[in-house]
Formats: sequence, structure tokens, C-alpha cells
Amino acid sequence: MNHLRSIAELGPDGLHRLLDLTDHMAEVNRRPNPKVPALRGRTVCNVFFEDSTRTRLSFETAAKRLSADTMTFSVASSSLNKGESLRDTIETIAAMGVDAFVVRHGSSGVPWQISAWTTASIVNAGDGWHEHPTQALLDAYTIRQALGRTTGFDGLRIAIVGDVKHSRVARSDIAAFTMLGADVTLVAPRTLLPPGDLGDDLGVSVSDRLDPVLEDVDVLYLLRMQRERMTEALVPSLREYTARFGLTPDRARRLGDHVVVMHPGPMNRGVEMAVDPAELPGAVITQQVTNGIAVRMAVLFDLLGSGARPAPEPHTDVENTEMERA
Amino acid sequence: MTTSKQVLGPDDVRRATTRMAHEIIERNKGLDGVMLVGLQRGGVWLAEALGAEIARIERPVPVGSVDASLHRDDIGLRPVSPGAVSEIPDGLDGSVVVIVDDVLFTGRTVRAALDAVGEYGRPRAVQLAVMVDRGHRELPIRPDFVGKNLPTSLDEEVQVSAEGVRIDTGGASGDAVGAS
Repeated sequence: MNHLRSIAELGPDGLHRLLDLTDHMAEVNRRPNPKVPALRGRTVCNVFFEDSTRTRLSFETAAKRLSADTMTFSVASSSLNKGESLRDTIETIAAMGVDAFVVRHGSSGVPWQISAWTTASIVNAGDGWHEHPTQALLDAYTIRQALGRTTGFDGLRIAIVGDVKHSRVARSDIAAFTMLGADVTLVAPRTLLPPGDLGDDLGVSVSDRLDPVLEDVDVLYLLRMQRERMTEALVPSLREYTARFGLTPDRARRLGDHVVVMHPGPMNRGVEMAVDPAELPGAVITQQVTNGIAVRMAVLFDLLGSGARPAPEPHTDVENTEMERA
Repeated sequence: MTTSKQVLGPDDVRRATTRMAHEIIERNKGLDGVMLVGLQRGGVWLAEALGAEIARIERPVPVGSVDASLHRDDIGLRPVSPGAVSEIPDGLDGSVVVIVDDVLFTGRTVRAALDAVGEYGRPRAVQLAVMVDRGHRELPIRPDFVGKNLPTSLDEEVQVSAEGVRIDTGGASGDAVGAS
């Protein structure tokens, strides 16, 4: 594996391999000193063009627990503000000797574009509405751990509720969960679903009512409701959204204790999550965050440590690329 | 052409295991603080067999396993992938850890295992038990308990199980990780 840009690119074998490897990384994280020398001498650069707390810190922690060096590129203080192009920026950082770029960008496809400009490995940490593959991996790992499903999700019923249309988390989750054999149902108003025939395109069922789905589900995955969707008139009001699609105290009471409740964060309390998740027996939202580190360790080790090291990138243009545009 | 030569049979392996169990008890003047840790994957069955013998002779001791892949010094030089999740018994601090593996070859896996075990605490002492010492050490590491010293050439592969010890020649020359 050279890059992790989408779940489809990973494929079923890669998905199982990374989930198995995550077990090892979770064991490392349980040690008194949760650090191994596996990626000594490798450099991982976080390049985040969009805000993020958990994903950036999670990748940074994962790299450090494998003893890799980390660099963080923050857009606010960068030469992008002096008009440097994305390509020049990436090539400049690559010339410093980077083994992997962890990329988040507001536009879909940027990780693919960047991989054409560098020989370093690319990890997609979220591109536009498109994909967020490490989130899907940590979600799949969390389900596997909560339900003891180590071989696959055959027959598992998973409901993904909310703004599927604008959600890269949902797109990667759907790909990973169906690849593992789960039956996925999307629950959302039509305005928050992607266009097309979702049964044919994604292999999922669709419902515009939450209550009937709740009766018959093993995993309830609530997506973050983005408040700006209301101003776009995709939902009439947040209160109505909560009444129809939120996890209200009434719905929480009807939910069986065995149902695993998940959320990618950051949570809108009182909107999609109208109960305190600490009071839900099946909530695994903090485990998702904890597992995120182990999953990202597995991804970085698989990319940088599991095979023979590729030939280093030639650094012939260092002098040119180091020139800052005044 | 591949040839395969049986060097030890199942009875030989069983007798060697029994002798090593006695030696472990004798060397440590009893079993106070002794625990066995098998190296994933080849050493785990032997640690369990030694544990069963020690329990039969005297009393049970904790038996665990460790995967040292993430501590290896050849990550990036050849494919490395962890085998199974480590299970280190509680109370490693101050104990005598007997690291158990099937074959001792270059010593690099044992070096990685010393680092891995050290992450869980500070044992009073670490000892090494192997069924076969095949020579060709690349590091200053020696076993404390040996089932069989077996001089080999570099192109041979040593296969060890409870069913016996076999030397294969002329097979795939690439060493599998963990065979050192």
C-alpha cells in the first residue's frame, strides 16, 4: 500500500489487514509506555487546510507513538498567504524529506492531486464531501470491538442518520461497512441525501423515517448536523430535524441496550444528540476517539514500515524550492 | 531442488522440553518470580509446553507471549508484519522472565524481544530458552537453556514443532521474519 486515499482503493483485503493490525497498535497503547521504535527516522507531515482538532491530534499522536518525527503545516501562517501555490508548497515540504503527508482539504480529490507531485505516501484525512477513510476504519474497528465481530459484519444492521449528502464520514463509512458485509440503511430527509439511485450506486437502503428503523438495528450512527444547512433551507428548522431524526430521550428509551450508538464528533448536543450519551449503555463515542489513534498507527505503519523502504526522492531542486517569494 | 531432513522426532522434542523445564527450575533455585514469555509466533507453543512440564514437576508459573515485530531493527529493509497480539502476564517488575523461542539464529528477534519486554516493566533477570540453536549469531546473545545445538549452513531452514525438528535445504531462501 502506497497511499490511503479512499476505502475503495484499500479494498476488502486491505481493510481486514488494517483492522487486524489495529489490534496490535491498541495493545501498544495499553502498555505503561505506549511507544514503539517502529518508524524511527521517518517523517510524517500533517497538512491541514481545514480546521480539525481530533483528527490532527490523533494523527500526530499516532506518528509519535511509532517514534516517527512529525511536522505540522498550518495554513494560517504559511506562504500560501503570499500566493504560493499548493503544488509549490507540497514540493517545498517534500524537499525537506517527508515520508508521508496527512492531508485535509476542503476540495474533493486533493489527495490524489498531491500524490502526483511527490513520491511520499498520502493519507487522506478528509477531502471535501468525498472521503475520510481513517474515520471509517476507526468506526469499523469500534464496531468490531463492541460486538466482537472480528471476521466481518455479515448480517449486521447499521443505520446512518443525518446529513449524508455533505458528509465525507458517511461516504467512507458506507463503503467500509458494506465492504465488510453489513446491511446499511441511510435515514435522512431527501434534501440531505446524495442524488442517484442509492440502492444501485451504494448498495444501501433508504428511509425518511427514523422510528421504524430503530426497531431493527444493531448500530445507530448519528452524523453531525451542520448548522449552515438550515440557512440553505435544506431543513426547515433544527427543532424539526431533532424531532424527526434526532436521538431524543423518548427514542433512547426505546433503543435496546445492545444497540451501539456512534457519532464522529464534534457533537451538536440538543440537535442530533438530544440525550446525554454518557447515559446510553451502548454509546461508544469516546472509544471511537481512543481507537482513532490505534487505527492511524496501523495506517502509518502499513504505509511506512511494513514493506521495504522505497528509494528516497531525489532532492535536486532544493535551492529553487527553498526560495521564498517575497 | 528441495530436500528435507528430520533431525529430531516428537519423542526427542518432548524429552528436551522436560529436561529444559528441570533446568529452568534448577537454575532459578525454585520458581519464585519465574514467568515464561513465548515469542510470537514460533515460541508460543514451546512456552506453553514448558509451562505444562514445569507445572507437572513443581507448580504452575505464568505463561505469556510477546510480539516483537514493532521493535525489530530491519523495519523498512524487509516486510515486517506483527503476528498476534502480545499478552504479558501481570507483575513483570522484579520477576525472572524466561524468553522462549523455537530457533535461535541471528539473535535479532531476541534483541527486539528484550526491548519489547522492557516496555512492560523491569524484570530482575531475563533468560533465554530455545529448542534449537542453529548458530550464525550477529549479536552478543546466548541462550541459557537449549534443546539441541544444530550446526547449519545459511541456506538451510530449520522447522521446529512439537512433532520434531526438520532441516530444509534449497527452498525459498528469503528468511521469514521470526525465524531468527
